[in-house]
Amino acid sequence: MLSKSQARTFFLGGTVVTFLVFIGLTIYSFMPKNDQTYHEKIDAKVIRGKEIWESNNCMGCHTILGEGAYYAPELTKVVKRRGEGYIKAVLQSPVPWGPKGRKMVKYEMNDADAEAMIAYFKWIGNIDLNGFDRVVSPLAKDK
Amino acid sequence: MKYKSQKVAYWFFALCMLLFALQITYGFIMGFARIGMDGLHDFIPFNTARAVHTNLLVVWLLTGFMGAAYYIIPEEAQRELINVKLAYVQLISLAIVGVLAIIGYHFNIWEGRKFLEIPRELDYLVVINVLLFLGLILGTLYKAERRTTTALVLSMGLLFAALLYLPGMIWFDSQVTDSFFRWWVVHLWVEGVWELIMGGILSYLLIKLTGVDREVIEKWLYVIVGLTFLSGLLGTGHHYYYIGVNKIWLIVGGIFSALEPLAFLAMALFAVYMYRKGEKSHPNKIALFWTIGASIVSFVGAGLLGFAHTLPQTNIYTHGTLVTAMHGHYAFWGAYAMIVLAIISYALPNMTGRKRYNNTIGHMAFWLSNIGMLGMTVAFGVAGVAQVYLERKMKMDFMDVQNEISIHFVVLLLCATLFTVGISMYIYEFIKYGKPTDEALVKE
Repeated sequence: MLSKSQARTFFLGGTVVTFLVFIGLTIYSFMPKNDQTYHEKIDAKVIRGKEIWESNNCMGCHTILGEGAYYAPELTKVVKRRGEGYIKAVLQSPVPWGPKGRKMVKYEMNDADAEAMIAYFKWIGNIDLNGFDRVVSPLAKDK
Repeated sequence: MKYKSQKVAYWFFALCMLLFALQITYGFIMGFARIGMDGLHDFIPFNTARAVHTNLLVVWLLTGFMGAAYYIIPEEAQRELINVKLAYVQLISLAIVGVLAIIGYHFNIWEGRKFLEIPRELDYLVVINVLLFLGLILGTLYKAERRTTTALVLSMGLLFAALLYLPGMIWFDSQVTDSFFRWWVVHLWVEGVWELIMGGILSYLLIKLTGVDREVIEKWLYVIVGLTFLSGLLGTGHHYYYIGVNKIWLIVGGIFSALEPLAFLAMALFAVYMYRKGEKSHPNKIALFWTIGASIVSFVGAGLLGFAHTLPQTNIYTHGTLVTAMHGHYAFWGAYAMIVLAIISYALPNMTGRKRYNNTIGHMAFWLSNIGMLGMTVAFGVAGVAQVYLERKMKMDFMDVQNEISIHFVVLLLCATLFTVGISMYIYEFIKYGKPTDEALVKE
Protein backbone atom coordinates (compact mmCIF):
# COMPACT_ATOMS: atom_id res chain seq x y z
CA MET A 1 0.00 0.00 0.00
CA LEU A 2 1.21 3.51 -0.80
CA SER A 3 2.89 5.27 2.12
CA LYS A 4 2.66 8.97 2.89
CA SER A 5 6.30 9.59 1.93
CA GLN A 6 5.79 7.76 -1.39
CA ALA A 7 2.72 9.92 -2.02
CA ARG A 8 4.79 13.05 -1.28
CA THR A 9 7.51 11.87 -3.68
CA PHE A 10 4.89 11.32 -6.38
CA PHE A 11 3.60 14.87 -5.84
CA LEU A 12 7.00 16.59 -5.76
CA GLY A 13 8.58 14.46 -8.51
CA GLY A 14 5.61 14.74 -10.86
CA THR A 15 5.38 18.46 -10.35
CA VAL A 16 9.08 19.14 -10.97
CA VAL A 17 9.24 16.97 -14.11
CA THR A 18 6.09 18.41 -15.72
CA PHE A 19 7.15 21.94 -14.78
CA LEU A 20 10.51 21.49 -16.54
CA VAL A 21 8.81 20.05 -19.63
CA PHE A 22 6.35 22.96 -19.60
CA ILE A 23 9.17 25.54 -19.47
CA GLY A 24 11.00 23.68 -22.24
CA LEU A 25 7.93 23.68 -24.49
CA THR A 26 7.37 27.38 -23.80
CA ILE A 27 10.93 28.18 -24.93
CA TYR A 28 10.42 25.96 -28.00
CA SER A 29 7.17 27.73 -28.87
CA PHE A 30 8.81 31.14 -28.95
CA MET A 31 11.86 30.17 -31.00
CA PRO A 32 11.92 32.42 -34.12
CA LYS A 33 11.76 29.35 -36.42
CA ASN A 34 8.46 28.33 -34.81
CA ASP A 35 6.82 31.75 -35.11
CA GLN A 36 3.37 31.55 -36.71
CA THR A 37 2.45 35.19 -36.12
CA TYR A 38 4.70 37.13 -38.52
CA HIS A 39 6.07 38.85 -35.44
CA GLU A 40 8.32 41.07 -37.55
CA LYS A 41 5.23 42.78 -38.97
CA ILE A 42 4.21 44.19 -35.59
CA ASP A 43 4.82 47.92 -36.06
CA ALA A 44 3.91 51.02 -34.06
CA LYS A 45 0.40 51.07 -35.55
CA VAL A 46 -0.31 47.47 -34.58
CA ILE A 47 0.95 48.12 -31.05
CA ARG A 48 -1.25 51.24 -30.83
CA GLY A 49 -4.17 49.10 -31.99
CA LYS A 50 -3.51 46.59 -29.21
CA GLU A 51 -3.37 49.42 -26.68
CA ILE A 52 -6.76 50.71 -27.85
CA TRP A 53 -8.16 47.16 -27.85
CA GLU A 54 -7.11 46.69 -24.23
CA SER A 55 -7.86 50.17 -22.89
CA ASN A 56 -11.47 49.83 -24.08
CA ASN A 57 -11.83 46.21 -22.96
CA CYS A 58 -13.09 45.15 -26.41
CA MET A 59 -12.60 41.55 -25.23
CA GLY A 60 -15.38 42.20 -22.71
CA CYS A 61 -17.90 41.73 -25.58
CA HIS A 62 -16.05 40.47 -28.68
CA THR A 63 -13.72 37.51 -29.09
CA ILE A 64 -10.35 37.54 -30.83
CA LEU A 65 -8.32 34.36 -31.51
CA GLY A 66 -11.40 32.73 -29.96
CA GLU A 67 -10.92 34.48 -26.61
CA GLY A 68 -13.35 36.95 -25.15
CA ALA A 69 -16.92 37.26 -23.97
CA TYR A 70 -19.05 35.66 -26.76
CA TYR A 71 -21.47 38.64 -26.74
CA ALA A 72 -20.30 40.32 -29.94
CA PRO A 73 -18.74 38.93 -33.14
CA GLU A 74 -15.37 37.17 -33.37
CA LEU A 75 -12.92 39.66 -34.94
CA THR A 76 -9.94 37.50 -35.94
CA LYS A 77 -10.84 37.69 -39.64
CA VAL A 78 -12.90 40.88 -39.52
CA VAL A 79 -10.89 42.74 -42.17
CA LYS A 80 -11.44 40.01 -44.77
CA ARG A 81 -15.06 39.53 -43.72
CA ARG A 82 -16.18 43.16 -43.53
CA GLY A 83 -13.53 45.30 -45.20
CA GLU A 84 -11.71 48.33 -43.85
CA GLY A 85 -14.46 50.85 -44.68
CA TYR A 86 -17.07 49.01 -42.61
CA ILE A 87 -14.74 48.70 -39.61
CA LYS A 88 -13.88 52.38 -39.75
CA ALA A 89 -17.58 53.31 -39.91
CA VAL A 90 -18.31 51.21 -36.81
CA LEU A 91 -15.41 52.65 -34.80
CA GLN A 92 -16.22 56.25 -35.79
CA SER A 93 -20.00 56.00 -35.49
CA PRO A 94 -21.52 58.91 -33.51
CA VAL A 95 -24.26 56.59 -32.21
CA PRO A 96 -23.96 53.13 -30.62
CA TRP A 97 -23.51 50.61 -33.48
CA GLY A 98 -26.15 47.90 -33.39
CA PRO A 99 -27.60 46.84 -36.75
CA LYS A 100 -29.17 43.64 -35.40
CA GLY A 101 -30.38 44.83 -32.04
CA ARG A 102 -27.32 44.40 -29.84
CA LYS A 103 -25.65 47.71 -29.04
CA MET A 104 -21.93 48.44 -29.11
CA VAL A 105 -20.35 51.20 -27.04
CA LYS A 106 -20.03 54.43 -29.05
CA TYR A 107 -16.31 55.23 -29.49
CA GLU A 108 -16.25 58.03 -32.13
CA MET A 109 -12.57 57.28 -32.80
CA ASN A 110 -10.36 59.70 -34.71
CA ASP A 111 -8.79 58.62 -38.01
CA ALA A 112 -5.42 57.69 -36.50
CA ASP A 113 -6.93 55.41 -33.86
CA ALA A 114 -9.36 53.78 -36.31
CA GLU A 115 -6.47 53.07 -38.68
CA ALA A 116 -4.39 51.65 -35.83
CA MET A 117 -7.25 49.28 -35.03
CA ILE A 118 -7.41 48.19 -38.67
CA ALA A 119 -3.63 47.59 -38.70
CA TYR A 120 -4.00 45.48 -35.55
CA PHE A 121 -6.86 43.45 -37.07
CA LYS A 122 -4.88 42.97 -40.29
CA TRP A 123 -1.91 41.56 -38.36
CA ILE A 124 -4.20 39.29 -36.32
CA GLY A 125 -5.94 38.12 -39.51
CA ASN A 126 -2.72 36.72 -40.99
CA ILE A 127 -1.70 34.56 -38.00
CA ASP A 128 -1.57 30.81 -38.62
CA LEU A 129 -4.12 29.45 -36.13
CA ASN A 130 -3.62 25.73 -36.75
CA GLY A 131 -6.87 25.49 -38.74
CA PHE A 132 -9.14 27.48 -36.44
CA ASP A 133 -9.24 30.38 -38.88
CA ARG A 134 -11.15 28.20 -41.36
CA VAL A 135 -13.77 27.32 -38.77
CA VAL A 136 -14.20 30.60 -36.97
CA SER A 137 -14.77 32.67 -40.05
CA PRO A 138 -15.73 30.57 -43.02
CA LEU A 139 -17.17 33.64 -44.69
CA ALA A 140 -13.64 35.00 -45.00
CA LYS A 141 -11.69 31.93 -46.03
CA ASP A 142 -13.83 29.26 -47.59
CA LYS A 143 -15.97 31.43 -49.84
CA MET B 1 -12.89 27.82 17.72
CA LYS B 2 -9.66 27.32 19.64
CA TYR B 3 -7.79 30.58 19.03
CA LYS B 4 -9.00 34.16 19.36
CA SER B 5 -7.24 35.25 16.20
CA GLN B 6 -9.41 32.89 14.14
CA LYS B 7 -12.19 35.48 14.50
CA VAL B 8 -10.61 37.60 11.78
CA ALA B 9 -11.81 34.96 9.31
CA TYR B 10 -15.41 36.01 9.99
CA TRP B 11 -14.86 39.46 8.43
CA PHE B 12 -13.26 37.94 5.34
CA PHE B 13 -16.30 35.68 5.02
CA ALA B 14 -18.63 38.67 5.49
CA LEU B 15 -16.84 40.49 2.65
CA CYS B 16 -17.26 37.30 0.58
CA MET B 17 -21.04 37.43 1.05
CA LEU B 18 -21.20 41.08 -0.01
CA LEU B 19 -19.06 40.58 -3.12
CA PHE B 20 -20.90 37.39 -4.07
CA ALA B 21 -24.25 39.23 -3.93
CA LEU B 22 -22.83 41.98 -6.15
CA GLN B 23 -21.43 39.41 -8.58
CA ILE B 24 -24.87 37.86 -9.01
CA THR B 25 -26.41 41.31 -9.61
CA TYR B 26 -24.03 41.99 -12.48
CA GLY B 27 -24.69 38.50 -13.83
CA PHE B 28 -28.36 39.44 -14.14
CA ILE B 29 -27.46 42.64 -16.01
CA MET B 30 -25.57 40.49 -18.54
CA GLY B 31 -28.34 37.91 -18.76
CA PHE B 32 -30.99 40.53 -19.48
CA ALA B 33 -28.73 42.21 -22.06
CA ARG B 34 -28.54 38.88 -23.91
CA ILE B 35 -32.31 38.82 -24.34
CA GLY B 36 -32.36 42.39 -25.62
CA MET B 37 -33.19 44.13 -22.34
CA ASP B 38 -30.15 46.38 -22.16
CA GLY B 39 -31.65 49.54 -20.70
CA LEU B 40 -28.52 50.08 -18.61
CA HIS B 41 -26.26 50.06 -21.70
CA ASP B 42 -25.32 53.76 -21.36
CA PHE B 43 -24.19 53.34 -17.75
CA ILE B 44 -23.19 49.69 -17.51
CA PRO B 45 -22.43 48.31 -20.98
CA PHE B 46 -21.90 44.56 -21.34
CA ASN B 47 -18.10 44.74 -21.14
CA THR B 48 -18.33 46.61 -17.83
CA ALA B 49 -20.86 44.15 -16.41
CA ARG B 50 -18.72 41.23 -17.50
CA ALA B 51 -15.49 42.62 -16.07
CA VAL B 52 -17.25 43.30 -12.76
CA HIS B 53 -18.95 39.86 -12.78
CA THR B 54 -15.76 37.86 -13.40
CA ASN B 55 -13.46 40.01 -11.24
CA LEU B 56 -15.87 39.90 -8.32
CA LEU B 57 -15.85 36.13 -8.66
CA VAL B 58 -12.06 36.03 -8.45
CA VAL B 59 -11.95 38.54 -5.58
CA TRP B 60 -14.67 36.90 -3.46
CA LEU B 61 -13.12 33.48 -3.92
CA LEU B 62 -9.66 34.79 -2.99
CA THR B 63 -11.21 36.56 0.00
CA GLY B 64 -12.81 33.25 0.96
CA PHE B 65 -9.49 31.41 0.58
CA MET B 66 -7.80 34.02 2.76
CA GLY B 67 -10.56 33.76 5.37
CA ALA B 68 -10.21 29.97 5.26
CA ALA B 69 -6.46 30.28 5.79
CA TYR B 70 -6.92 32.64 8.76
CA TYR B 71 -9.36 30.13 10.27
CA ILE B 72 -7.46 26.92 9.46
CA ILE B 73 -3.79 27.88 9.96
CA PRO B 74 -3.99 28.75 13.71
CA GLU B 75 -5.70 25.42 14.41
CA GLU B 76 -3.26 23.46 12.30
CA ALA B 77 -0.26 25.36 13.68
CA GLN B 78 -1.67 25.24 17.21
CA ARG B 79 -0.95 28.89 17.92
CA GLU B 80 -2.43 32.36 17.42
CA LEU B 81 -1.78 34.33 14.22
CA ILE B 82 1.41 36.35 14.56
CA ASN B 83 -0.37 39.69 14.12
CA VAL B 84 -4.15 40.10 14.11
CA LYS B 85 -4.15 43.87 13.58
CA LEU B 86 -2.22 43.48 10.34
CA ALA B 87 -4.74 40.86 9.22
CA TYR B 88 -7.48 43.49 9.59
CA VAL B 89 -5.33 46.02 7.72
CA GLN B 90 -4.96 43.43 4.96
CA LEU B 91 -8.72 42.88 4.83
CA ILE B 92 -9.51 46.60 4.62
CA SER B 93 -6.87 47.24 1.96
CA LEU B 94 -8.16 44.26 -0.05
CA ALA B 95 -11.69 45.68 0.09
CA ILE B 96 -10.45 49.14 -0.96
CA VAL B 97 -8.51 47.77 -3.94
CA GLY B 98 -11.55 45.73 -5.00
CA VAL B 99 -13.94 48.67 -4.74
CA LEU B 100 -11.56 51.01 -6.60
CA ALA B 101 -11.17 48.46 -9.42
CA ILE B 102 -14.92 47.98 -9.76
CA ILE B 103 -15.64 51.72 -9.78
CA GLY B 104 -12.90 52.16 -12.38
CA TYR B 105 -14.52 49.61 -14.70
CA HIS B 106 -17.56 51.90 -14.92
CA PHE B 107 -15.32 54.71 -16.21
CA ASN B 108 -13.34 52.77 -18.81
CA ILE B 109 -10.33 52.35 -16.48
CA TRP B 110 -9.05 48.81 -16.98
CA GLU B 111 -6.53 46.67 -18.80
CA GLY B 112 -9.04 44.86 -20.98
CA ARG B 113 -7.45 41.43 -20.63
CA LYS B 114 -9.94 38.68 -19.84
CA PHE B 115 -10.02 37.95 -16.08
CA LEU B 116 -7.07 40.30 -15.46
CA GLU B 117 -8.80 43.62 -16.06
CA ILE B 118 -7.44 45.32 -12.93
CA PRO B 119 -5.38 48.37 -14.04
CA ARG B 120 -1.61 48.17 -13.55
CA GLU B 121 -1.47 50.75 -10.73
CA LEU B 122 -3.86 48.63 -8.66
CA ASP B 123 -1.91 45.47 -9.57
CA TYR B 124 0.96 46.76 -7.43
CA LEU B 125 -1.40 47.27 -4.50
CA VAL B 126 -2.69 43.71 -4.99
CA VAL B 127 0.90 42.45 -4.81
CA ILE B 128 1.55 44.38 -1.56
CA ASN B 129 -1.73 43.11 -0.10
CA VAL B 130 -1.01 39.49 -0.95
CA LEU B 131 2.57 39.77 0.37
CA LEU B 132 1.16 41.01 3.68
CA PHE B 133 -1.29 38.10 3.77
CA LEU B 134 1.42 35.56 2.97
CA GLY B 135 3.72 37.13 5.55
CA LEU B 136 1.08 36.59 8.22
CA ILE B 137 0.28 33.01 7.22
CA LEU B 138 3.83 31.83 6.58
CA GLY B 139 5.09 33.69 9.65
CA THR B 140 2.53 31.88 11.78
CA LEU B 141 3.57 28.55 10.32
CA TYR B 142 7.26 29.37 10.76
CA LYS B 143 6.76 30.02 14.47
CA ALA B 144 4.59 26.96 14.93
CA GLU B 145 5.75 23.80 16.60
CA ARG B 146 3.53 21.70 14.36
CA ARG B 147 3.47 21.92 10.56
CA THR B 148 0.82 19.66 9.06
CA THR B 149 0.56 18.55 5.44
CA THR B 150 -2.86 20.20 5.24
CA ALA B 151 -1.41 23.56 6.33
CA LEU B 152 1.59 23.20 4.01
CA VAL B 153 -0.52 22.33 0.94
CA LEU B 154 -2.90 25.20 1.65
CA SER B 155 -0.03 27.66 2.15
CA MET B 156 1.82 26.37 -0.91
CA GLY B 157 -1.31 26.94 -2.99
CA LEU B 158 -1.63 30.50 -1.71
CA LEU B 159 2.08 31.23 -2.25
CA PHE B 160 2.08 29.92 -5.83
CA ALA B 161 -1.16 31.79 -6.56
CA ALA B 162 0.64 35.00 -5.58
CA LEU B 163 3.76 34.20 -7.65
CA LEU B 164 1.70 33.28 -10.70
CA TYR B 165 0.03 36.69 -10.68
CA LEU B 166 3.33 38.22 -11.83
CA PRO B 167 3.44 36.92 -15.48
CA GLY B 168 0.10 38.66 -15.99
CA MET B 169 1.72 42.01 -15.26
CA ILE B 170 4.18 41.91 -18.16
CA TRP B 171 3.40 43.95 -21.28
CA PHE B 172 3.75 42.20 -24.66
CA ASP B 173 3.42 43.86 -28.08
CA SER B 174 2.02 40.64 -29.53
CA GLN B 175 -1.56 39.62 -28.75
CA VAL B 176 -0.47 35.98 -29.05
CA THR B 177 2.37 36.25 -26.51
CA ASP B 178 0.10 38.27 -24.24
CA SER B 179 -2.55 35.58 -24.40
CA PHE B 180 0.01 32.82 -23.88
CA PHE B 181 1.27 34.26 -20.62
CA ARG B 182 -2.18 35.42 -19.48
CA TRP B 183 -3.04 31.72 -19.30
CA TRP B 184 -0.05 31.18 -17.03
CA VAL B 185 -2.04 33.20 -14.53
CA VAL B 186 -5.60 32.13 -15.27
CA HIS B 187 -5.15 28.43 -16.12
CA LEU B 188 -2.40 27.72 -13.62
CA TRP B 189 -4.56 29.36 -10.98
CA VAL B 190 -7.84 27.58 -11.58
CA GLU B 191 -6.52 24.28 -12.91
CA GLY B 192 -3.39 24.24 -10.78
CA VAL B 193 -2.62 26.04 -7.56
CA TRP B 194 -6.24 26.84 -6.62
CA GLU B 195 -6.78 23.07 -6.56
CA LEU B 196 -4.07 22.91 -3.91
CA ILE B 197 -6.04 25.44 -1.89
CA MET B 198 -9.24 23.49 -2.50
CA GLY B 199 -7.48 20.24 -1.55
CA GLY B 200 -6.11 21.81 1.64
CA ILE B 201 -9.53 23.12 2.73
CA LEU B 202 -11.21 19.83 1.76
CA SER B 203 -8.65 17.84 3.71
CA TYR B 204 -9.15 20.03 6.80
CA LEU B 205 -12.93 19.72 6.58
CA LEU B 206 -12.80 15.95 6.13
CA ILE B 207 -10.51 15.55 9.14
CA LYS B 208 -12.95 17.61 11.23
CA LEU B 209 -16.22 16.26 9.88
CA THR B 210 -15.49 12.55 9.43
CA GLY B 211 -12.95 11.85 12.15
CA VAL B 212 -10.82 9.77 9.77
CA ASP B 213 -7.14 9.65 10.75
CA ARG B 214 -5.17 12.67 9.58
CA GLU B 215 -2.33 10.53 8.19
CA VAL B 216 -4.72 8.68 5.87
CA ILE B 217 -6.40 11.85 4.62
CA GLU B 218 -3.13 13.72 4.08
CA LYS B 219 -1.57 10.82 2.20
CA TRP B 220 -4.37 10.95 -0.34
CA LEU B 221 -4.14 14.72 -0.41
CA TYR B 222 -0.59 14.34 -1.77
CA VAL B 223 -1.82 11.94 -4.45
CA ILE B 224 -4.59 14.35 -5.49
CA VAL B 225 -2.39 17.43 -5.71
CA GLY B 226 0.22 15.29 -7.48
CA LEU B 227 -2.35 14.35 -10.12
CA THR B 228 -3.41 18.01 -10.35
CA PHE B 229 0.05 19.25 -11.31
CA LEU B 230 0.93 16.21 -13.39
CA SER B 231 -2.05 16.86 -15.67
CA GLY B 232 -2.75 20.55 -15.10
CA LEU B 233 0.66 22.07 -15.87
CA LEU B 234 0.95 20.63 -19.38
CA GLY B 235 -2.84 20.75 -19.67
CA THR B 236 -2.38 24.52 -20.06
CA GLY B 237 -1.80 23.53 -23.68
CA HIS B 238 -5.54 23.28 -24.32
CA HIS B 239 -5.61 27.10 -24.29
CA TYR B 240 -2.81 27.18 -26.89
CA TYR B 241 -4.39 25.07 -29.64
CA TYR B 242 -5.76 27.92 -31.75
CA ILE B 243 -4.21 31.18 -30.59
CA GLY B 244 -1.24 31.21 -32.97
CA VAL B 245 1.43 29.08 -31.31
CA ASN B 246 3.14 25.86 -32.33
CA LYS B 247 1.13 22.75 -33.21
CA ILE B 248 2.98 20.73 -30.57
CA TRP B 249 0.42 22.03 -28.06
CA LEU B 250 -2.34 20.17 -29.94
CA ILE B 251 -0.71 16.90 -28.88
CA VAL B 252 0.65 17.86 -25.46
CA GLY B 253 -2.42 19.87 -24.45
CA GLY B 254 -4.75 17.19 -25.81
CA ILE B 255 -3.16 14.35 -23.86
CA PHE B 256 -2.58 16.11 -20.56
CA SER B 257 -5.81 18.10 -20.41
CA ALA B 258 -7.67 14.82 -21.08
CA LEU B 259 -6.03 13.59 -17.85
CA GLU B 260 -7.16 16.61 -15.83
CA PRO B 261 -10.49 15.05 -14.75
CA LEU B 262 -8.48 12.39 -12.88
CA ALA B 263 -7.55 14.84 -10.12
CA PHE B 264 -11.19 15.84 -9.69
CA LEU B 265 -12.34 12.22 -9.83
CA ALA B 266 -9.79 11.36 -7.15
CA MET B 267 -11.04 14.28 -5.06
CA ALA B 268 -14.68 13.12 -5.34
CA LEU B 269 -13.82 9.49 -4.54
CA PHE B 270 -11.57 10.63 -1.71
CA ALA B 271 -14.31 12.76 -0.08
CA VAL B 272 -17.06 10.14 -0.46
CA TYR B 273 -14.79 7.30 0.73
CA MET B 274 -13.59 9.26 3.77
CA TYR B 275 -17.20 10.15 4.62
CA ARG B 276 -18.17 6.46 4.53
CA LYS B 277 -15.07 5.38 6.38
CA GLY B 278 -15.52 7.99 9.11
CA GLU B 279 -16.89 6.85 12.42
CA LYS B 280 -17.58 10.32 13.73
CA SER B 281 -21.01 11.77 13.09
CA HIS B 282 -20.44 15.51 13.22
CA PRO B 283 -23.67 17.41 13.89
CA ASN B 284 -22.92 20.10 11.27
CA LYS B 285 -24.69 18.36 8.39
CA ILE B 286 -24.92 21.52 6.31
CA ALA B 287 -21.12 21.86 6.23
CA LEU B 288 -20.94 18.17 5.30
CA PHE B 289 -23.38 18.68 2.41
CA TRP B 290 -21.32 21.58 1.02
CA THR B 291 -18.05 19.65 1.49
CA ILE B 292 -19.11 16.42 -0.22
CA GLY B 293 -21.14 18.46 -2.74
CA ALA B 294 -18.06 20.49 -3.69
CA SER B 295 -16.03 17.37 -4.41
CA ILE B 296 -18.77 15.82 -6.59
CA VAL B 297 -19.89 18.96 -8.44
CA SER B 298 -16.27 19.95 -9.14
CA PHE B 299 -15.74 16.55 -10.80
CA VAL B 300 -18.80 17.08 -13.00
CA GLY B 301 -18.21 20.78 -13.72
CA ALA B 302 -14.44 21.01 -13.96
CA GLY B 303 -13.69 17.39 -14.82
CA LEU B 304 -16.42 16.02 -17.09
CA LEU B 305 -17.65 19.25 -18.68
CA GLY B 306 -14.06 20.34 -19.20
CA PHE B 307 -13.22 17.02 -20.84
CA ALA B 308 -16.28 17.40 -23.11
CA HIS B 309 -14.57 20.11 -25.13
CA THR B 310 -10.88 19.76 -24.32
CA LEU B 311 -9.76 17.54 -27.20
CA PRO B 312 -8.44 19.60 -30.15
CA GLN B 313 -10.86 17.88 -32.56
CA THR B 314 -13.82 19.17 -30.55
CA ASN B 315 -12.29 22.38 -29.33
CA ILE B 316 -11.73 23.66 -32.86
CA TYR B 317 -15.54 24.08 -33.03
CA THR B 318 -16.29 25.06 -29.44
CA HIS B 319 -13.36 27.47 -28.87
CA GLY B 320 -14.78 30.95 -28.38
CA THR B 321 -18.40 29.88 -27.90
CA LEU B 322 -20.89 29.65 -25.04
CA VAL B 323 -19.80 26.04 -24.47
CA THR B 324 -16.91 27.57 -22.51
CA ALA B 325 -19.36 29.58 -20.38
CA MET B 326 -21.21 26.34 -19.59
CA HIS B 327 -18.05 24.65 -18.34
CA GLY B 328 -16.82 27.78 -16.57
CA HIS B 329 -19.95 28.29 -14.49
CA TYR B 330 -20.29 24.75 -13.18
CA ALA B 331 -16.54 24.33 -12.65
CA PHE B 332 -16.11 27.52 -10.62
CA TRP B 333 -19.27 26.76 -8.67
CA GLY B 334 -18.32 23.20 -7.78
CA ALA B 335 -14.60 23.53 -7.26
CA TYR B 336 -14.26 26.88 -5.61
CA ALA B 337 -17.53 28.59 -4.65
CA MET B 338 -18.89 25.47 -2.92
CA ILE B 339 -15.68 24.79 -0.99
CA VAL B 340 -15.67 28.40 0.28
CA LEU B 341 -19.33 28.05 1.28
CA ALA B 342 -18.39 24.74 2.96
CA ILE B 343 -15.66 26.24 5.13
CA ILE B 344 -17.93 29.18 6.03
CA SER B 345 -20.71 26.74 7.01
CA TYR B 346 -18.24 24.82 9.15
CA ALA B 347 -16.57 27.83 10.77
CA LEU B 348 -19.61 30.03 11.52
CA PRO B 349 -21.11 27.94 14.36
CA ASN B 350 -17.63 27.57 15.86
CA MET B 351 -16.90 31.29 15.74
CA THR B 352 -20.28 32.54 16.94
CA GLY B 353 -21.15 29.76 19.35
CA ARG B 354 -24.57 29.40 17.77
CA LYS B 355 -25.13 25.79 16.78
CA ARG B 356 -27.66 26.37 14.02
CA TYR B 357 -26.85 22.96 12.54
CA ASN B 358 -29.25 21.19 10.25
CA ASN B 359 -31.87 23.93 9.90
CA THR B 360 -34.31 24.00 6.99
CA ILE B 361 -33.14 27.30 5.52
CA GLY B 362 -29.56 26.07 5.40
CA HIS B 363 -30.57 22.90 3.56
CA MET B 364 -32.82 24.82 1.17
CA ALA B 365 -29.95 27.20 0.43
CA PHE B 366 -27.83 24.20 -0.59
CA TRP B 367 -30.43 22.55 -2.79
CA LEU B 368 -31.92 25.64 -4.45
CA SER B 369 -28.53 27.12 -5.35
CA ASN B 370 -27.32 23.78 -6.69
CA ILE B 371 -30.44 23.10 -8.74
CA GLY B 372 -30.37 26.68 -10.02
CA MET B 373 -26.73 26.45 -11.06
CA LEU B 374 -27.29 23.08 -12.75
CA GLY B 375 -30.16 24.62 -14.72
CA MET B 376 -27.98 27.58 -15.72
CA THR B 377 -25.26 25.19 -16.87
CA VAL B 378 -27.73 23.24 -19.01
CA ALA B 379 -29.07 26.49 -20.52
CA PHE B 380 -25.53 27.66 -21.37
CA GLY B 381 -24.75 24.21 -22.77
CA VAL B 382 -27.79 24.06 -25.05
CA ALA B 383 -27.16 27.62 -26.24
CA GLY B 384 -23.47 26.80 -26.80
CA VAL B 385 -24.07 23.62 -28.79
CA ALA B 386 -26.74 25.35 -30.89
CA GLN B 387 -24.28 28.20 -31.50
CA VAL B 388 -21.58 25.76 -32.62
CA TYR B 389 -23.87 24.07 -35.14
CA LEU B 390 -25.51 27.21 -36.50
CA GLU B 391 -22.44 29.43 -36.62
CA ARG B 392 -19.56 27.06 -37.21
CA LYS B 393 -21.29 24.30 -39.21
CA MET B 394 -24.20 26.06 -40.92
CA LYS B 395 -22.10 29.21 -41.34
CA MET B 396 -24.82 31.58 -40.17
CA ASP B 397 -23.98 35.16 -39.19
CA PHE B 398 -23.03 35.71 -35.53
CA MET B 399 -25.93 37.99 -34.62
CA ASP B 400 -28.50 35.87 -36.46
CA VAL B 401 -27.38 32.94 -34.31
CA GLN B 402 -27.49 35.02 -31.14
CA ASN B 403 -31.08 35.98 -31.87
CA GLU B 404 -31.97 32.32 -32.50
CA ILE B 405 -30.52 31.16 -29.19
CA SER B 406 -31.77 34.03 -27.02
CA ILE B 407 -34.65 31.87 -25.72
CA HIS B 408 -32.09 29.81 -23.81
CA PHE B 409 -31.13 32.93 -21.89
CA VAL B 410 -34.73 33.29 -20.70
CA VAL B 411 -34.35 29.78 -19.22
CA LEU B 412 -30.95 30.82 -17.87
CA LEU B 413 -32.49 33.83 -16.12
CA LEU B 414 -35.22 31.68 -14.55
CA CYS B 415 -32.63 29.22 -13.23
CA ALA B 416 -30.46 32.13 -12.07
CA THR B 417 -33.45 33.38 -10.07
CA LEU B 418 -33.71 30.02 -8.32
CA PHE B 419 -29.96 30.12 -7.68
CA THR B 420 -30.28 33.64 -6.25
CA VAL B 421 -33.07 32.54 -3.88
CA GLY B 422 -30.74 29.80 -2.61
CA ILE B 423 -27.81 32.16 -2.14
CA SER B 424 -30.08 34.75 -0.47
CA MET B 425 -31.03 32.07 2.05
CA TYR B 426 -27.35 31.30 2.62
CA ILE B 427 -26.61 34.99 3.24
CA TYR B 428 -29.69 35.23 5.51
CA GLU B 429 -28.29 32.33 7.56
CA PHE B 430 -24.89 34.03 7.65
CA ILE B 431 -26.47 37.16 9.11
CA LYS B 432 -28.61 35.16 11.58
CA TYR B 433 -25.47 33.62 13.06
CA GLY B 434 -24.42 37.00 14.38
CA LYS B 435 -20.87 38.09 15.12
CA PRO B 436 -17.96 35.98 16.41
CA THR B 437 -17.39 36.03 20.14
CA ASP B 438 -14.69 34.97 22.60
CA GLU B 439 -17.38 33.01 24.42
CA ALA B 440 -17.22 30.53 21.56
CA LEU B 441 -13.63 29.62 22.43
CA VAL B 442 -13.22 25.97 23.34
CA LYS B 443 -10.32 24.23 25.01
CA GLU B 444 -8.81 21.10 23.44
